[in-house]
Amino acid sequence: MSILSMTKTLFKNLQHGPYTVLYPIKKKESFERTRGRIAISIDDCIFCSMCQRRCPTGAIKVDKANSSWSIERLQCIQCNYCSEVCPKKCLTMENQYTSPSFGNVRDEFIKCMNTQSLSE
Amino acid sequence: MGQQTIKMISSNELLAETLHLKNEGYRLVAITCTNKDGMELSYSFDKDYDFINLRFVTDTEEEIMSISIIYPFSFLYENEIKELFGVNIKDISIDFNNSLYKIPVKTPFKTKEGEK
Amino acid sequence: MGKRTVIPFGPQHPVLPEPIHLDLVLEDEVVVEAIPRIGYIHRGLEKLVEKKDYQQYTYVAERICGICSFMHGMGYCMAIESIMEVKIPERAEFLRTIWAELSRLHSHLLWLGLLADAFGFESLFMQSWKLREQVLDIFEETTGGRVIFSVCDIGGVRKDISADTLKKIAGIMDSMEKELKEISEVFINDSSVKSRTKGVGVLSKQAAFDLGAVGPMARASGIEMDMRTQGYAAYGKLNFKPVVEKKGDCYARTSVRINEMFQSMDLIKQCIAIIPEGDIKVKVTGNPNGEYFTRVEQPRGEVVYYAKANGSKYLDRLRVRTPTFANVPALLETLKGCALADVPILILTIDPCISCTER
Repeated sequence: MSILSMTKTLFKNLQHGPYTVLYPIKKKESFERTRGRIAISIDDCIFCSMCQRRCPTGAIKVDKANSSWSIERLQCIQCNYCSEVCPKKCLTMENQYTSPSFGNVRDEFIKCMNTQSLSE
Repeated sequence: MGQQTIKMISSNELLAETLHLKNEGYRLVAITCTNKDGMELSYSFDKDYDFINLRFVTDTEEEIMSISIIYPFSFLYENEIKELFGVNIKDISIDFNNSLYKIPVKTPFKTKEGEK
Repeated sequence: MGKRTVIPFGPQHPVLPEPIHLDLVLEDEVVVEAIPRIGYIHRGLEKLVEKKDYQQYTYVAERICGICSFMHGMGYCMAIESIMEVKIPERAEFLRTIWAELSRLHSHLLWLGLLADAFGFESLFMQSWKLREQVLDIFEETTGGRVIFSVCDIGGVRKDISADTLKKIAGIMDSMEKELKEISEVFINDSSVKSRTKGVGVLSKQAAFDLGAVGPMARASGIEMDMRTQGYAAYGKLNFKPVVEKKGDCYARTSVRINEMFQSMDLIKQCIAIIPEGDIKVKVTGNPNGEYFTRVEQPRGEVVYYAKANGSKYLDRLRVRTPTFANVPALLETLKGCALADVPILILTIDPCISCTER
């Protein structure tokens, strides 16, 4: 028969104070490996569409004609598959999350083609 | 891991074979339906990690006897297969009549991806 | 004999994290029958295998469930590896075991919290989830995800854990063991908790066998059944015995899960002690052809994966028989004859995972 078996734990907690973080003011630090969001260094991209074909949710769209790469942020499941298959390794996983939003967010990146026309 | 014993039987041997396994102390693990060249039903049993499958191929027309008189809890599997695959299983101990799943879409989902 | 009344229970109920519907037939305050209805979150994940190729499906398989996510990915990968006759490196097997046991730990802690919540012990609920947070932080540090890891791949694992981090995990396990002991005392000894769990929903050994119960549900009734003893992944090289209780009531199920948590911590420490160096992944080429049944022990019990491949990159069929699906008949049986006030606790003691059940 035992009652008040939580007392010890409760007094410990009283001494320690809150274990949680006051979120908007203080943020929890993310780890190095945290899968936050996909970033692209668009200048290295060769628009091979490998990421678009392999993406399990179809969040990525690659347009070779306009040399643009875009991602639907809320459709992306942060699985890191695209950055694994990328032949130029220009896709990377950042450890910061995308900020919350109300609607769909499509981030588009367009490659500046000036340098290429010079070399031609 | 483990032996993969698959025993091919015909659909009318099902009850006899199941009863035989039940008497030997096997537990029903799962009933699996695969929609490929007809409906392929696999009944999996286990006893002390010994894994046995009974398998036969049928279609949606043929009447299959329910094994719920031998293993009462098979009613969930059988209702699921009846509802989602349209296999004609009769005499299930608790028959939900295709309403186990509360979904607005029409079942069964027989068509393969890409087929009409 | 009183008049019979039918009370709908769920799909929305404070005790249910996920929607399931039960029609409870009552005689006065006592349940005489329960009829389940599912399908509120049927997502057709088994069907999706015809549309996503077998490597993409690794990510889908992980998302069958949000709690035992890693083990779903692992079970799927093991099935495909067996079909393709791939032997994964030893280090990968150990890493899989560590993550799997951490998953079990976090799942059982979550369940303990929910149980405390179900009988209205809010501060105990908070304590359990506080402990769980430490496990989630280990996940985030080692894999990058807090719930869905995406580290299991066909042919091995994607990420390695460094020796320093492994040492740190072993340290966390030691300190957590002390903290867990403190709160498990409350679950095991506190009289107010005991009065809600002891003798409630008794499932005899014979009934558990006849109804095909699996996992902690079966082990609490005295059936010694644990797929880990089959030695998949690195379990063959570890030293452990399935946790078994005899009584078969809610109290026995709680104590099985609590002891399994201590066992998981022990297994993790064993793994860290003997993990070999080496590669973590072998390259897999070609497409699978054949079929295979894999059985894995999840926090909730035995899960069966059946994969059938036809030589193309799309599988013909993937069947997942989840532990909750197998435990529903046992739940319906234990509900018979219990008081209406005990229904939430009984539903909770099978640790229901409805998303798994409906896939």
